[in-house]
Amino acid sequence: MNTAHARDRASLPSLVDPSIIVPALTASVTKLDPRLMIKNPVMFVVEVVAALTTILFVKDVLVGGTSLAFSFQIILWLWFTLLFANFAEAVAEGRGKAQAASLRKTRTETQAKLLDSERARDFTLVPGGQLKVGDVVLVEAGDIIPSDGEVVEGVASVNEAAITGESAPVIRESGGDRSAVTGGTQVLSDWIRVRITAAPGSTFIDRMIALVEGASRQKTPNEIALNILLAGLTIIFVVAVATIPSFTAYAGGTIPIISLVALFVTLIPTTIGALLSAIGIAGMDRLVRFNVLAMSGRAVEAAGDVDTLLLDKTGTITLGNRQATSFRPMRGVSEEDLADAAQLASLADETPEGRSIVVLAKERYGIRARQMGELHATFVPFTAQTRMSGVDIGESIIRKGAVDSILAYLSPKIPVLSAGAAPTVKSLVGADQVREVQAIADDIAKAGGTPLAVAKDGRLLGVVQLKDIVKGGIKERFAELRQMGIRTVMITGDNPMTAAAIAAEAGVDDFLAQATPEDKLALIRSEQAQGKLVAMCGDGTNDAPALAQADVGVAMNTGTVAAREAGNMVDLDSDPTKLIEIVEIGKQLLMTRGSLTTFSISNDVAKYFAIIPAIFAAIYPQLGALNIMHLATPESAILSAIIFNALIIVALIPLALRGVKYRAIGAAPLLRRNLLVYGLGGIIVPFIGIKAIDLLITTIGLA
Amino acid sequence: MTINGWVQILVFCALVAAIVSPLGWYMTRVFAGEKTFLSPLLRPVESGLYKLAGIDEREEQHWLTYALAMLAFNLTGFLVLYGLQRFQAALPYNPMEMANVAPDLSFNTAVSFVTNTNWQNYGGESTMSYLVQMVGLTVQNFLSAATGIALAIALVRGFSRASAKGIGNFWADMTRAVLYVLLPLCIVLAVVYVARGVPQTLGASVDVTTLEGGKQTIAVGPVASQLAIKMLGTNGGGFFNANSAHPFENPDALVNLIQMISIFAIGAGLTNVFGRMVGDQRQGWAILGAMAFLFLAGVSVAYWAEAGGNPLVHALGVEGGNMEGKEVRFGTAMSALFAVVTTAASCGAVNAMLSSFMPLGGMIPLINMELGEIVIGGVGAGLYGMLLFVIVTMFVAGLMVGRTPEYLGKKIEAKEVKMAILAILSLPVVMLGFTAIAVVTPTALSSIGNPGPHGFAEVLYAYVSGAANNGSAFGSLSGNTPWYNLTLGAAMLIGRFFVIIPAMAIAGSMAAKKRLPVSAGTFPTHGGLFIGLLVGVILIVGGLTFFPALALGPIVEHLSVIAGQSFAAGG
Amino acid sequence: MLRHLRPALVMIAAFTAITGLLYPLAMTGVAQTFFPEEANGSLLAVNGEAKGSALIGQAFAGDRYFHGRPSATLGPDPSDPSKTTALPYNASNSGGSNLGPSNQALIDRIKTDSAELKAQNPGVSLPIDLVTTSGSGLDPHLSPEAAQFQVPRVAMARNLPVERVHQLVTQNTEGRILGFIGEPRVNVLKLNLVLDRDAR
Repeated sequence: MNTAHARDRASLPSLVDPSIIVPALTASVTKLDPRLMIKNPVMFVVEVVAALTTILFVKDVLVGGTSLAFSFQIILWLWFTLLFANFAEAVAEGRGKAQAASLRKTRTETQAKLLDSERARDFTLVPGGQLKVGDVVLVEAGDIIPSDGEVVEGVASVNEAAITGESAPVIRESGGDRSAVTGGTQVLSDWIRVRITAAPGSTFIDRMIALVEGASRQKTPNEIALNILLAGLTIIFVVAVATIPSFTAYAGGTIPIISLVALFVTLIPTTIGALLSAIGIAGMDRLVRFNVLAMSGRAVEAAGDVDTLLLDKTGTITLGNRQATSFRPMRGVSEEDLADAAQLASLADETPEGRSIVVLAKERYGIRARQMGELHATFVPFTAQTRMSGVDIGESIIRKGAVDSILAYLSPKIPVLSAGAAPTVKSLVGADQVREVQAIADDIAKAGGTPLAVAKDGRLLGVVQLKDIVKGGIKERFAELRQMGIRTVMITGDNPMTAAAIAAEAGVDDFLAQATPEDKLALIRSEQAQGKLVAMCGDGTNDAPALAQADVGVAMNTGTVAAREAGNMVDLDSDPTKLIEIVEIGKQLLMTRGSLTTFSISNDVAKYFAIIPAIFAAIYPQLGALNIMHLATPESAILSAIIFNALIIVALIPLALRGVKYRAIGAAPLLRRNLLVYGLGGIIVPFIGIKAIDLLITTIGLA
Repeated sequence: MTINGWVQILVFCALVAAIVSPLGWYMTRVFAGEKTFLSPLLRPVESGLYKLAGIDEREEQHWLTYALAMLAFNLTGFLVLYGLQRFQAALPYNPMEMANVAPDLSFNTAVSFVTNTNWQNYGGESTMSYLVQMVGLTVQNFLSAATGIALAIALVRGFSRASAKGIGNFWADMTRAVLYVLLPLCIVLAVVYVARGVPQTLGASVDVTTLEGGKQTIAVGPVASQLAIKMLGTNGGGFFNANSAHPFENPDALVNLIQMISIFAIGAGLTNVFGRMVGDQRQGWAILGAMAFLFLAGVSVAYWAEAGGNPLVHALGVEGGNMEGKEVRFGTAMSALFAVVTTAASCGAVNAMLSSFMPLGGMIPLINMELGEIVIGGVGAGLYGMLLFVIVTMFVAGLMVGRTPEYLGKKIEAKEVKMAILAILSLPVVMLGFTAIAVVTPTALSSIGNPGPHGFAEVLYAYVSGAANNGSAFGSLSGNTPWYNLTLGAAMLIGRFFVIIPAMAIAGSMAAKKRLPVSAGTFPTHGGLFIGLLVGVILIVGGLTFFPALALGPIVEHLSVIAGQSFAAGG
Repeated sequence: MLRHLRPALVMIAAFTAITGLLYPLAMTGVAQTFFPEEANGSLLAVNGEAKGSALIGQAFAGDRYFHGRPSATLGPDPSDPSKTTALPYNASNSGGSNLGPSNQALIDRIKTDSAELKAQNPGVSLPIDLVTTSGSGLDPHLSPEAAQFQVPRVAMARNLPVERVHQLVTQNTEGRILGFIGEPRVNVLKLNLVLDRDAR
């Protein structure tokens, strides 16, 4: 995980930062607008009730009713309940707002150099906001890229700190997997022509702003289902409370409306109702702080449900670079000769593999690095056609590459060596040599290594063993995922033998070797056909179909526009390991909702025991036996319950924002734990809380 | 409480547990349309019925079609039963020359029997002709029970199937329930009952001269055949007014034990059918486990209350358990057990008068019904009622383990939650709503038979029993008035169909869903944790709603009685 | 809905025939053939004349007989057939008192009855079933204690030794079925028939 960046984001305002609290306080009041409130059925009901009782109270004041002080306090706490709920939401939004503000700064109106056509040299200056999809603009060193687009020509280094927080410049070039540029980022050197891909107002930054602000937040499927449950419970308690007056009329007594209102509001699930949207916003916020942008809340929830995780081997499971670990010469070739040739071939090779060969040659045989210039050597770079690289020193030609590439190079006539069949065409390598080199290659592959054959002047010298280095601690991570019930599948271009060895070393559950984009897509489909949810990450255009097919597709920010559009999340750090964290954040989001719902509902037991004896005391004094908390008076009991009900919202805001911690301990132990804390805790805590508040308010004489 | 009392209770539980698996195995085969040992005899009858009715038994019905077929069937049944009562005087098998039944009472009774409630606002031996008892009431005892079983099977199919359009065929399910399950068992039970002294005759009442020279008219009739289905089908409508307290309807403690077992038999067996059909019997046992927990808790309280007796009577120098309204041959243990059994299931038969139970003893039946009779429950109704709670439970549990909630590999989404909540919600609305109206309506109040909180409990009990389709009563309420006939009829209809229709909608949407694979992240639903959580949700979601009402009824009555306070009429 | 009409009508008709007629009539046939006595009400006859049912309690008022439990059954009021009045052990209209445990009427009734009974047999603890009505109003049984409680009165009325009557009660006490099901009990009508037959 890229901790440096996580820290960047974590340096966002904390909970008690005045820059969050002050606007949140204001928002708590403005959010009382019923048009906004109605989105939250439980709190809307509280608002209706609070408004009605306030009107009744005003009437009572005018005509001179009784126990006005008590009514006043209850009504006050009803409004506090609402304000606390709004405050929770506003605080959650506040952090996003702060982030949005910093993003907005980068969206300052830029002038774009609009080219008349893709090939034209002349441009006209137009405001960035007027660019249409398909327009081509020129961006030169120092310019801000005016909108999202795709590089059609040129290479440039771009500073993307505005969106990633990463100050090191990245390369953006036409073609390939690094062609996407984001509006608001700055070209540092060179120039590029960019074809605009986003309509005005819907650029990546625009969407980011909307997302982090919560403006475009839509209720997720689970949230909708939960809201139905909460609305249902609210209706049940409407019935439970609304029928009480007639029940007491039978018993020959009446109960003040204000007491019934207090009972009702404490019974309905206000705690979770108040915190529900804060939990959702905070979940998105946690992702944002991980430098991951989810395009919808649905994607975050889906992340929690993932059954299968497709992970690219390179960079995720293994360190991006393979290292040479041994030289395996052919019969008749000394190890030193092989090392010498391999070193020469790698001198100019700046890839990590190449460098590791030079290092190994020096370690094992003391072969010093030589200067290419002194040797009059020319480096032959790797190309897709030859699939080899090497060096030409005078007459001497050294090549290294995959075993089959080298074989093909040495004896272009040999297509495939079928078992036992002697090659019919005369070649530079004999059948015995082919068998020998393939035996060595198999041996290396079985050990999880990659064989790299070396040939000098048409003679096969041997094989360099390159080994993938599995990241430290990754095995434990996969074990953890297994505990969560998530199956990991490693995707690699390696041959099956190498893949199997690395898979075993890394502890993944399965692997897909010699994977093509089509294979990936097919794998995702077959997993989904079994009802599984699949997550993957990818960056290239050829990953786009798989990203789109996956239930959770995390596109790397360094990737292409196509990949970014296809995924439902974008990782700004382009760190594929993050999938694991994303899954945890998804789970955390659901767990927080579930736990607080349980807590909220469990609270009702204590509230009943506080209020029922209190409101029926005048009718049936016997029911005082139910006052197991020994609350001082009926008034203090009702007041304590409603105060507890309001304060618990505030007390739980930090938890709602932080989220309930996910532990990879399997579903049953996890549930047992959460039930103990939030279920049993939810039953016990209010007994203590209400009693404490009762003691306090009777001491200071409020009731 | 005595050791012998507890031995009887535990033996009862053991016997029920013993029949769960074999009965579940048998019913699973029946509803899968497989051959059973009765097939050679019954298959021709079954096929003949399908042919006559123009039914293709293999036609898979969409949930809505299934529900409509069920409604059409029940509506027809209602009309027939209503007609039979209205014209019984002109119809045969009426040796006591009973008059036609009044319209409001006929409505109430017809609704009552079609909805498997069997609330009785009439005295059986003094109102209904033998024809109505047999052709009307007994038939609906079978058919309403078969309807319940069919619906439960359909809902189970929703869980056991994946990516399916249909949930079975109502006509086939219903027919098989009657022919292969209810009828054979009833025949066996009826013979046992007759052998133990339950009358089975078409002769008129018997007049005898007592030892002291008085006259006694002893009502008899085709009791055993009706008794068998009344228990097995959890109908509960008695042949006699005193129901299973009547010595003819429950001659001895052995018959009493058999009756209680037969109340639970099919409901308990269906949990096993559920387990078998979803491919994991443990799932069925877990549901039965949650039921057993609630059941034993209820029995403990009820038995404790009844065995403890009435402090107000003890104050008069008469010691002993509460025997008012109880029969000597059953005593307090078997009376308390029966009361809990009959209300845990949706039976409603009684072997002692619940109105005379101690306040807390009477509160247990009330709570059983308020929870929706999901402890074993009515044949079928109990299982689908319980599964509604399971859906709510798994929704919350799923969230708590960080996954989109699922049960048996089926995702629980907004639609299922909506339907489950609608069904669960309809019961308290009807129960509390009607009670609230009745206790401030003078006509309704005039039917109350006991003063003080007990009178309130009578009214509450009536609507709770009606909406839960139980049918037991605090008999002190004179229910045969137009007010109660009509409002209770409405409560029964809402309580039945507002649960059934959402349950069927859930069946349909569940059947259509894909089945998700089980992983370590899936919360297992066959362990103690699941049972505990389910019980918790049932008590808190289903039970807390009624706390104010219970406080003003049985709870305050209990507190008064232990404080030595009684309530006088008009006071 | 309409396409369900035919199956609905056919099924109702067919099952009315099967479960409403065939089933009860067949059961009646079986019952009358194999268990004629039980199927017709378990009647007890003395000299060919039915004196009652072994399963149904009878009202006893005189001192010569053991009394059953109080019965709350009602019957038509002889003076006004539209009303009902107390008619203990009315076997054509079963039912209990339905008095709630907190009802003053229940307490008053038990107070009166218990005072009366205690006066008959002072110093002996009064069994609760003697002062409580049964659920059916037709309970044929007493607890053994309740029967024993009445022994002195019956013995005196019949001029029999108390021990003899005690012995008869003990002989007519039925234990629990299989030793644990139900409660020990005495069938009052049977006991009284035995009294009439054996101990005139």
